[in-house]
Amino acid sequence: MDISLNKTQRDIAKEARRFLKKECPMEFVKEMCEDERGFTEDIWKKMADMDWMAMRIPESYGGIGMDLMDLNMVLEEMGRTVFPGPFFSTILLAAEAIVASGSDAQKDRYLPGIADGNLRGTLAMNEPDGGADTDYIQMAARAEGDDFVLTGTKVSVPDAHVADVLVCAARTESGNDPNKGITLFLVDPREPGVSVSPLPTMDSTRKLCVVEFKGVRLGKESILGERHRGWGTLKQVLQRAQIGLSAECVGGAERVMEIATDYAKIRIQFNQPIGTFQAVKHRCAQMYLEAESARSLLYWGAWAQDYGDEKKAAVAASAVKSYCSETFTHNASGAIQVLGGTGFTLESEVHFYLKRAKGNEMALGDPAFHREQVMGLLQTNGIDK
Amino acid sequence: MDFRLTSEQEDFRKGFVAWLEKNIPDDFDPSRRRSYETEEDLKRAYIDFQKRLSDGAYAGMHYPKEYGGQGKTIVEEAIVLQTLAATCFELRWPGVITHGMAVPVIYTCGTEAQKKMFLTKIHDGTQLWSQGFSEPDAGSDVANTSTLAVRKNDHYIVNGQKVWTSFAHVSDYCLLLVRTDTGSSKHKGLSYLLVDMSLPGIDVRPMTQITGEADFNEVFFDNVKVPVDMLLGAEGQGWQIAVTTLMFERVLGDVVMGAAYEKKIEKMIAMAQLVKRSGRPALEDPIFRQQIAGAYIEVQVLKYHGLRSFSRQLKGGVPGPEGSVGKLLWSEPNQRLTEAALGVQGIFSQIMGGAPWSIQDGFWQFDFLRSKGNTIEAGTSEIQRNIIAERVLGLPKDVSRASIK
Repeated sequence: MDISLNKTQRDIAKEARRFLKKECPMEFVKEMCEDERGFTEDIWKKMADMDWMAMRIPESYGGIGMDLMDLNMVLEEMGRTVFPGPFFSTILLAAEAIVASGSDAQKDRYLPGIADGNLRGTLAMNEPDGGADTDYIQMAARAEGDDFVLTGTKVSVPDAHVADVLVCAARTESGNDPNKGITLFLVDPREPGVSVSPLPTMDSTRKLCVVEFKGVRLGKESILGERHRGWGTLKQVLQRAQIGLSAECVGGAERVMEIATDYAKIRIQFNQPIGTFQAVKHRCAQMYLEAESARSLLYWGAWAQDYGDEKKAAVAASAVKSYCSETFTHNASGAIQVLGGTGFTLESEVHFYLKRAKGNEMALGDPAFHREQVMGLLQTNGIDK
Repeated sequence: MDFRLTSEQEDFRKGFVAWLEKNIPDDFDPSRRRSYETEEDLKRAYIDFQKRLSDGAYAGMHYPKEYGGQGKTIVEEAIVLQTLAATCFELRWPGVITHGMAVPVIYTCGTEAQKKMFLTKIHDGTQLWSQGFSEPDAGSDVANTSTLAVRKNDHYIVNGQKVWTSFAHVSDYCLLLVRTDTGSSKHKGLSYLLVDMSLPGIDVRPMTQITGEADFNEVFFDNVKVPVDMLLGAEGQGWQIAVTTLMFERVLGDVVMGAAYEKKIEKMIAMAQLVKRSGRPALEDPIFRQQIAGAYIEVQVLKYHGLRSFSRQLKGGVPGPEGSVGKLLWSEPNQRLTEAALGVQGIFSQIMGGAPWSIQDGFWQFDFLRSKGNTIEAGTSEIQRNIIAERVLGLPKDVSRASIK
């Protein structure tokens, strides 16, 4: 048993912190909020030079083939800076799905381009009637000869406006069981019938879009993985993305704790630093407690994805996602309270964290959805000791 | 990173589980909240079982053989303790202070003679210990200890009063925190004495807890003559001994509690299948499902926090003030967990064990009440948060405690 980061992981984290400190100060985050695309070619290229896009892509497709735990080192640092742009959607949603079930031709077409920073992608999954549930997929993909015709609406699709490829989940057979009848498609958003509209969002560091499909005709070469059996892939992709997003949450939760603590040391009221008062002190201690807790849970979840069995990986992903995302929200809210009036202004950086935290909490299944998953898995599999 | 045991450790664990199946006493019934009616019965059962553990080479895994241990590593100890916590928590209860505090403190700070005198007897079950820390005016403010030990020739003459002294009524010895330097204040001048509870002048009065049980006591010391060779460490070192030694043990404690709580989650799920709401099992109610899953997740936090700290310790790390995180993680979630359990019981939540309609033999009624002590014993939640804020995060001490070093 060894629950510690190895040298490579520590180095990745250190490099990422150095890079983001330089390239992603708060002014950059603010600029990207206003920016329609939400990122710059310049930073994207530099990240590709650091091999961040290549980390999870197999060596045979121009990547490095590293563990999710390794990528988490970068994601935590991104969480610390509320890093804007389509990295998460490209790497953890699109690329993971293509790696998991793409044909050789599909992998050849997309993966080297993603690895070297030339292509971006995302996952079109959520539907208006599904709420925060990830397993509600009802959009129809009707078979017409060898083709499929997609019609329907996907909401809260991250970064679709800058994507070169959408992984789209649709129903090729009607029904409610996600295990039957869901098929994944690779869709070029410039295809006729596809329209992408960015929405104004609270967390404007992460753009969300509505994607409308109006009779979009796709050949069978667009099917990603097996027909009707898309949920198997999607479930696995989602679990990894939930862990990745949790890594972001842990980084963010730690950073806001530091911001609040630093402020409590220098802000003078009643002739003393406010951190002297136990009411403030205990709030800071609570933030530390939760951030540490979230980190311990996150390590378990990431390890379970990389090396655990299927049952362990599933229950851990849901436990981790619900806990870490709520922790981030708790800590961001706590930091605003410690910073007082200052924390409530747009001038302060804390609001970025709160907005991101709330976005992360609801994305990829909200905490209530995941606790229900956990309960279901405990009933089916028992407690894995 | 690797969360798995090695194959040798896994074999060891399986071997112990198999051994345990054959050696659990016949009168121990895990479906009951208490298998033993009286404190004396429980003490006897503990002693017999500890003797079996010792005979089976499972007592004190990481302590040297010459002190009644097995000469293995702390990983084997953790495996044994986790397994015991998950199977027979009650049987081990009288020994909580003995094994969790007395053994590590004596082993780390005791003289050769003290180690020889006590450790083997503890491991083979013949000796139980209590811990005399708190006093009426020294609760969270432990450093305010005023029980005096004045040296006179070959003895210390001890006078004073301890309170909340766990297991004093069933223990043979007490780990007693005293002030040896009358002119000293606060942390300076505190020392540890190893006190034979049968000495004249010691008066133990059990205190009844809100659970109706009496694990705690008031203990009065009236001119008790303790031989000087029962001083642990040097005079004035009591505070350091208390702080440092116990931090190591705390980490092991978190790992053990995680295992015990996982068992409780299983029990809670079984209960929610049994108890009905509107004619259907409570386990089908979405609110209870959320609460049970939430409790499970908090237990996983404790478990993996414990393993992470334990792993750090295995690599030679010295546990520090961040140990307070573990204390908070086994105390506060246990209150939420037991609240949720009583919530599932609804109208049956008032029915005590043994009565008609009682659920799971009153386990949760007891556990709910007992959990209220968790955030007080072993340093209150407030003290733990002060420690985190001041010693981990570096926030300034408040004015009233600023003069305390």
